[in-house]
Amino acid sequence: MESVKEQAFQEDKVKILSQFLSFKLGNEEYAVDILSVQEIRSWEPVSRIPNTPAYEKGVVNLRGDIVPIIDLRERFNLGNLEYDNLTVVIVLQFSFQDVTRIMGFVVDSVSDVVAVDSQIIQNSPNFGAKVSIEFINGLVEINERMLMILDVEKLFKLEGIDDNGDTESDKN
Amino acid sequence: MSIDMEQFHQVFFEESFECLDAMETGLLNLDMGAVDSEEINTIFRAAHSIKGGSGTFGFDNVAAYTHVMETLLDEMRDGRRDVTQQAVEVLLGSVDCLREMLNAIEAKEPVDESRVAEHKKSLETELNSAQSTTDESESTPVVQEAVTPEPTVAASIEASVLASPVVWDIKFVPHEDLLVTGNDPVRMFRELAELGELDVTINLEGLPDNLDGLNPEFCYLAWDLVLTADVGKDEIDDVFAWVEDECDLSIVLRDPVVVPLNNTDDTQALVLPEIVAPVQEVIAAAEEITEPEPTEESVEITDETTVIVAPKEKSAEKKKAASHTASIRVDTGKIDGLINMVGELVIIQSMLSLAGENFSTDNLDRLKLGLSQLERHTRELQESVMNIRMLPINFVFSRFPRLVHDLSLKLEKKIELKLVGENTEVDKTVIEMISDPLVHLVRNSLDHGIEIPEERLKKGKPETGSITLAAYHRGGNIVIEVKDDGKGLNKEVLRQKAIEKGLIADNAILTDKQIYHLIFMAGFSTAEKLTDVSGRGVGMDVVRRNIQELGGSVEIDSELGVGSTMSISLPLTLAILDGQSITVGDETYIIPLSAIVESMNMEEGQINHVVGKGEAFLLHGEYLPIIRLHEIFNITSVKSSNLIEGTVVVVDGLDGSRCGLFVDELLGQQQVVIKSLEKNYRSIDGISSATILGDGSVALILDIPGLIKLSNQ
Amino acid sequence: MTTILAVDDSASMRQMVNFTLKGAGYTVVDAVDGDDALIKAQEQVFDCIVTDVNMPNKDGITLIRDLRAIPDYKFTPMLMLTTESGMEKKQQGKAAGATGWIVKPFNPDQLLKTIKKVLG
Repeated sequence: MESVKEQAFQEDKVKILSQFLSFKLGNEEYAVDILSVQEIRSWEPVSRIPNTPAYEKGVVNLRGDIVPIIDLRERFNLGNLEYDNLTVVIVLQFSFQDVTRIMGFVVDSVSDVVAVDSQIIQNSPNFGAKVSIEFINGLVEINERMLMILDVEKLFKLEGIDDNGDTESDKN
Repeated sequence: MSIDMEQFHQVFFEESFECLDAMETGLLNLDMGAVDSEEINTIFRAAHSIKGGSGTFGFDNVAAYTHVMETLLDEMRDGRRDVTQQAVEVLLGSVDCLREMLNAIEAKEPVDESRVAEHKKSLETELNSAQSTTDESESTPVVQEAVTPEPTVAASIEASVLASPVVWDIKFVPHEDLLVTGNDPVRMFRELAELGELDVTINLEGLPDNLDGLNPEFCYLAWDLVLTADVGKDEIDDVFAWVEDECDLSIVLRDPVVVPLNNTDDTQALVLPEIVAPVQEVIAAAEEITEPEPTEESVEITDETTVIVAPKEKSAEKKKAASHTASIRVDTGKIDGLINMVGELVIIQSMLSLAGENFSTDNLDRLKLGLSQLERHTRELQESVMNIRMLPINFVFSRFPRLVHDLSLKLEKKIELKLVGENTEVDKTVIEMISDPLVHLVRNSLDHGIEIPEERLKKGKPETGSITLAAYHRGGNIVIEVKDDGKGLNKEVLRQKAIEKGLIADNAILTDKQIYHLIFMAGFSTAEKLTDVSGRGVGMDVVRRNIQELGGSVEIDSELGVGSTMSISLPLTLAILDGQSITVGDETYIIPLSAIVESMNMEEGQINHVVGKGEAFLLHGEYLPIIRLHEIFNITSVKSSNLIEGTVVVVDGLDGSRCGLFVDELLGQQQVVIKSLEKNYRSIDGISSATILGDGSVALILDIPGLIKLSNQ
Repeated sequence: MTTILAVDDSASMRQMVNFTLKGAGYTVVDAVDGDDALIKAQEQVFDCIVTDVNMPNKDGITLIRDLRAIPDYKFTPMLMLTTESGMEKKQQGKAAGATGWIVKPFNPDQLLKTIKKVLG
């Protein structure tokens, strides 16, 4: 039996809030830490790069920088979707060892920014989610929505590139 | 007024380092057999400059140290001391020491006092050794000379006459030519008047009787001055310090007992014999006291010889490198040019915006004119800005005379270094990054290439080996050559070594060039480790990688017994590229102009299948392979996947290999800004980088050597 | 406006002298060596010359001698900046026509004092 004091203590417990940007891919909702979001853009034509996985659509010029555009649907094998004027690209940034990289990810649509008490984020059991478990940092339930929080670092790890950003075939 | 001297420190450090470089170059260039006096003078002036500046800006330890160097050099330039190899070595060592000192001070770090003291000792030893015929007073660091008894007498006199006013009788008779040195008696009187009460009586005895013979530039006047001031004689001497040779001066302290002026002689004899001293001595003594001599720093001199390890060179070099990246010296002319160009741009911009505001088809011509002017000026501006970052390659070459000098002494070989094309300009970033690889290549030539004197003589070669560092522009590249007349590369030995190390199969057929390139393979080393490795662990493979990272390549040519030449080819600038746009299907690519040999029209029947080369065509007697870009890049939008005729661009892989690229269309040539793919994305085989075209789209720049490698797989 | 020509091959010295004299209200023109100074001295007439002695392309003493030969500069105050302690350099300077000298190292106040002495 909790004493009144303990109960009160629990209710006053400070919430550690983190903000996430939520977006949709098909029927599922995902989220990324808002701090990793640089901007949100609408889809624009990319310049194709040869000999890259299909989900790496190509690159765009973002204020003088060459930025790759990754299709998350295709990356997660969720099936293709025609791009239209509602298609959105979320531009994320990620730093590793003093080097910051920027990449754009094509999603179906962006939902909203949610504040989440990080303490209620659950570890994701392998409940048969469509998206491979390695990309998911956790699950959170908000107002009957279930958001899968993505690991941005994993998103940035493209096939064939090691931690230093060197293409693996370089090492010989 | 107090002035913050720190604002001048940066410039002082920069120019001191330049002086040190000049000293080093000068010392290395000294020919013991025929000493160039102008060269010695230049070295002296550099040391003198550092001494002056360091004293002025408060770096007394530097001033004291440099003073000893300067003294040595002064004797050499005056001919009072022979220029010996030993002296030069000591001076070279002190240049290093001074560099370290300045580096430490600039970085606000403690100076290695023991090293400074040690080096100063060797300088002083050299100074005190024979071959110096001067009297000690000139060459030894000046210590405050014993003050002549005179002032003390004056002081004691003053003390005794405190009760009564101190009065000085000054007889000032300028020589005729006093005025032509810009001296003005009135100035001196003004100064005296600042000391106390001054009475001036003119003395016209010197005037010629015939005023017509008066030369207006001469001084015929003299003055008798009475100064009532509680000052010593030295202060009065000070006022006349500059003109002592141009006047007759007598300064006499009036007897405390009032005595009429014309009895001066008697009173002097009675009371103050020491006061009346010859003016020369007086002035000289006064100067000894008033001049601030650079005092010796009392530094502890360790008795044990300290062993200095190589790292010192590293930190000094690192500091130097750091300061190079931090700032850059630019010719003010270049800046002025830029300002003018920007001014032009502003004018064109306003013209265009006006035209745009009131746009009508009548205005179209105006608009077009404005746009073409804009293009021209933007290009000019771009070239000028790029030019600012261009520095002569001498910035890199300049460290080699010293390096070759030191290393050849150490290896006991005789080597002459020649520099060609030192003024060839190269982008600053290229300069910074090519330095280390170049050092390694030169060290290699020195260590493994050039033979020891006896061996050279046996071979009938001149005893002194030669290494030439040359730089020149070729196409869109800068080529840097390291050429030696040493023993050259032995193809057989290289081959065998590579087979032993399992780097190639024993039946592999390699061209000469390919054999030479074996030395760049990781794990390959035919010689013992360099004796003086600076600890960086640089191997030839790292050298090549560094060069490739710069977008360059390296070639080797050699003849056994005769010598070797390493040629490094680098893009002139890392940021901009001259390119040829081409299309393959819907895709646009850029081929670096520097890689293009020619473009030609391939006609049906010219393509053959050659054993071992696949599809090839004949060009100037050589069969070159064909590369089909759509195959390599999996481009599906091509109309024909099996072209047998059309436009072919012949490209050079910069390591000797050439091939032809089938393209759909040749678009224009343009200068493009290089943008990195790897910054946010990845590197792609066959692609070196990307650029942003005028319409905002991204075009890929082909990596020709990479493409060739890809097509061979 | 009193104009001074300051000659020294050391940029840091030029900066310091320039800054000091300008701060006191003088108009200052710099020259980097004797040749440069001679040219500038003929483009306008200066009220005073301050020159280093050891410089490439014409040293301070030669500069003073050359300037004295120009009528405009016959009586102009010319000061040498010298670190050398011996009398020899100073006498050489005087023989060439120097008005006087300032001994290096000097601080800005000493410089100003001396200039004021000479220019009044």
